Amino acid sequence: MENKNFEDVFEAKLVKNDMIEAKDWMPENYRKHLIRQISQHAHSEIVGMLPEGNWITRAPSLRAKKVLLAKVQDEGGHGLYLYTAAETLGTSRDELLDALHTGKAKYSSIFNYPTLTWADIGAIGWLVDGAAIMNQVMLQRTSYGPYARAMVRICKEESFHQRQGYEIMTHLSFGTKEQKEMAQDALNRWWFPTLMMFGPPDSESPNSENAIKWRIKRETNDQLRQRFVDQTVAQIEYLGLTLPDKGLKWNETKKGYDYSEPNWVEFKNVISGNGPCNKERLAARNASHKNGEWVRAAATAYAKKNAEPFMAA
Amino acid sequence: MSDSQGPIWEVFVQKKAGQPFVHCGSLHAFDKEMALQNARDLYTRRNEGMSLWVVPSAAITASSPEDIGSFFEPANDKVYRHPTFYQIPDAIGHM
Repeated sequence: MENKNFEDVFEAKLVKNDMIEAKDWMPENYRKHLIRQISQHAHSEIVGMLPEGNWITRAPSLRAKKVLLAKVQDEGGHGLYLYTAAETLGTSRDELLDALHTGKAKYSSIFNYPTLTWADIGAIGWLVDGAAIMNQVMLQRTSYGPYARAMVRICKEESFHQRQGYEIMTHLSFGTKEQKEMAQDALNRWWFPTLMMFGPPDSESPNSENAIKWRIKRETNDQLRQRFVDQTVAQIEYLGLTLPDKGLKWNETKKGYDYSEPNWVEFKNVISGNGPCNKERLAARNASHKNGEWVRAAATAYAKKNAEPFMAA
Repeated sequence: MSDSQGPIWEVFVQKKAGQPFVHCGSLHAFDKEMALQNARDLYTRRNEGMSLWVVPSAAITASSPEDIGSFFEPANDKVYRHPTFYQIPDAIGHM
């Protein structure tokens, strides 16, 4: 009986577009869905540091290096905002990290692809962060307050990420013949994996229905993917590069582009652990966590010895 | 919840002198100093503030959402606390 009443209040808030806050009553499945989604999002930010970190020591100029350092540091920050947002739902940082390290939790499939050339750093900023922004702009109005607030901060910071990526692409595309080829090669390799970032088609997306019902998501995977394609085509044309999709065609009726679906079999393989870099990414995360163990142990011992009176509880 | 990452702290940022401190998020740290340094690195990478407060989450007492009605009720029926409750002659202009 009590529950029914709480549920009415919860539903009424969603209808009024009010936010749900950490201490509010919420259905158990809403809580679970959020913990899964927010922690996956956090893991993606953290694992996303790896493919880009790969190029910090080889950035082609000091300027490029400090920009990349700042960007990778931002991604780490985004992961931390999101972990703390997930923790407001009653999970702990240890549990969340453990799920990542044991492979129980997922992260964005895109970070299981390798960064082979400097142009990949351009393509990631421009396309991967561009796609992420599409999703994150929507999530600024998600129904869970702490998640929405984290998204507002993240969106403010992501804009620099996308612009720096496109700047790299312009340098290469208007550079030497070899540089332009490098840019084209990166576009060829990143285009379809980027489209996969929006998730499976609506007809096959198991979690979408609840996410829309609870206003966690406000647009579907296909809607966001379409908007991304429509926005990106002109940017590709400006660079003088060719979109690696022969099926791309303007559709006057829907005022948008028709495009070819990515290979969803590949997508399933990559998220279930068989992408080109899954093992490497997970091994890097685990090694980093293990190497930091002595720091956590020392800090815990220090905190015990020097406990602040207000921390006693 | 405390775990191997240290307890959670809430972070408040003041954008400019004279403005209120606003809650901007939380973080893990093992003591005050570390909390302050982490807050700087995490929440003020772009000059978002010039002053920071960090407060252990466990030290915060919050009102509970279920009690909103009765808890804030005393303010509901006191319209006379607002200036618009009072009639002032038009002739004297703005007051």
